[in-house]
Amino acid sequence: MDGGNGSGVTRRAAIGGTASLTAASLLSVPEEGLARGALPTLPPAGALAIRPIVNGRPMPVTIDPRTSLLDLLRERLALTGAKKGCDHGQCGACTVHVDGRRVVSCLTLAAKVDGREVTTIEGLSDGERLHPMQQAFIDHDALQCGYCTPGQIMAAVVCVSEGNATSKADIREYMSGNICRCGAYVGIVAAIEAAATKMEKG
Amino acid sequence: MRSFSYARPETALAAIQAFASAGSGARYIAGGTTLYDLMKLDIEHPQHLIDVTAIRGLDRIETSGDRLRFEALAPMSAIAANQTVLRDYPVLAEALSKAASQQLRNMATVGGNLLQRTRCLYFRNGAGGVSVGNTYPCNKREPGSGCAAIGGVDRGQAVLGQSASCTAVSPGDWPVALVAMNAYVEVLGTSGTKTLPVADLYRMPGDTPHLEFTLQPGEMITAIVVPKTPAGRRSTYHKIRDRESYAFALASAAVALEMDGDRVTRAHIALGGVATKPWRATAAEAALAGQQLTPNTALAAGHAAFADARPGRHNAFKIKLGARTVADALTIAAARSDT
Repeated sequence: MDGGNGSGVTRRAAIGGTASLTAASLLSVPEEGLARGALPTLPPAGALAIRPIVNGRPMPVTIDPRTSLLDLLRERLALTGAKKGCDHGQCGACTVHVDGRRVVSCLTLAAKVDGREVTTIEGLSDGERLHPMQQAFIDHDALQCGYCTPGQIMAAVVCVSEGNATSKADIREYMSGNICRCGAYVGIVAAIEAAATKMEKG
Repeated sequence: MRSFSYARPETALAAIQAFASAGSGARYIAGGTTLYDLMKLDIEHPQHLIDVTAIRGLDRIETSGDRLRFEALAPMSAIAANQTVLRDYPVLAEALSKAASQQLRNMATVGGNLLQRTRCLYFRNGAGGVSVGNTYPCNKREPGSGCAAIGGVDRGQAVLGQSASCTAVSPGDWPVALVAMNAYVEVLGTSGTKTLPVADLYRMPGDTPHLEFTLQPGEMITAIVVPKTPAGRRSTYHKIRDRESYAFALASAAVALEMDGDRVTRAHIALGGVATKPWRATAAEAALAGQQLTPNTALAAGHAAFADARPGRHNAFKIKLGARTVADALTIAAARSDT
């Protein structure tokens, strides 16, 4: 890649140079100046009033219509359990329940949950007592870095109640919307199998 | 993302009126799994969003009588799990359950899914994407800008129906099954209701690939109707992907068969993943009519389906893969009991 242009600058040197240049220019700008000058100017927030019920509590909030449910949860309601992985509905890390159904919150307009029940990983346990699915993920070592885990668990809970967790093959198929880049899939499938048995016993 | 106004009418008529009064820049939004995604990518930038999901009584599933009728707001997951559809029309249930993930199938509606836009990488990337810096022209995204897929990395592109302006694949599974089954849509607009075969919803790219659908501005799909046929039970949606689940089709075939013993009296065949719109394989259907279904006749029908295919640089494999997908689908469908 570095040959033939006659400049004598290698790709590695060019990248390194750019990186240090960026760092230098960032360091030379005062923090308040960066905030004013470098960030795009956002239009004033729209005034859309919605009243979702989040983890059992009414949460009246006024939002910009562009807001995703994921950003509402994380940035406004300080519920950071749901994770932003891809922000395009491809990874499942942001999975939550809306009226008992699993959805990806990154592609759900927050405006749509007006009056609806939203459950996040923070609302899953019964006080200090973990949901059987949470306990099963611990027991079966069903995670490594943990970033996808809240989404995995939220998807898994409903996978069981849908009746789509009755075999390993079904679990794999109906959990395919949740990607785990650490590759903890063996543990995840085992955890869901075990939790499904407990959940069915009530 | 650019700002927009947001309205959530409670009747279909109110939605139509809201669209008419909003003027240009208005879009209906249902599940949002395509539109909101493309708004984040700065490919779609509606000024007014009319959310149709609060419309009451537009999500019913009717299976009695001589047709199946799915109202537009029924989620994909609901029809995929409907017992009558699963038993009598596996091609429809499988086309839905093999699409996307359960989360997305809970959000996406069967009406909205018909209007899903292409996953062509050059279409999706390059519109203000920070990683690529607006480098890729796309006639679908910006009419007249050119097509980076032609002569580019075209492994995923169409081998049927493409033009000198566009080779983007029609991404859906559900429309392919509906086209095979002669389904039609009920459409509501300012001048009333009309029906339209699902096959006629889609345009060929030609030199106007940015015009993908035949719906007029403000028109809304309100229901999908599938005429009942004895071929329903001997049917399948066979989908070949880069991974086993949660991926778009490299090649797929929707097949339904009417048979007399081991002889095919009528075949319904449509293709996905390989064409610029849901592709009815009429030549393959004709090749099978009156034939015994054997591995040889099944593969011959598969080849007939791709007789007009034109490969690009990296996607010639789709022709062989597609033919074999059709052949396998025929074999799977024929093995199913019609009683």
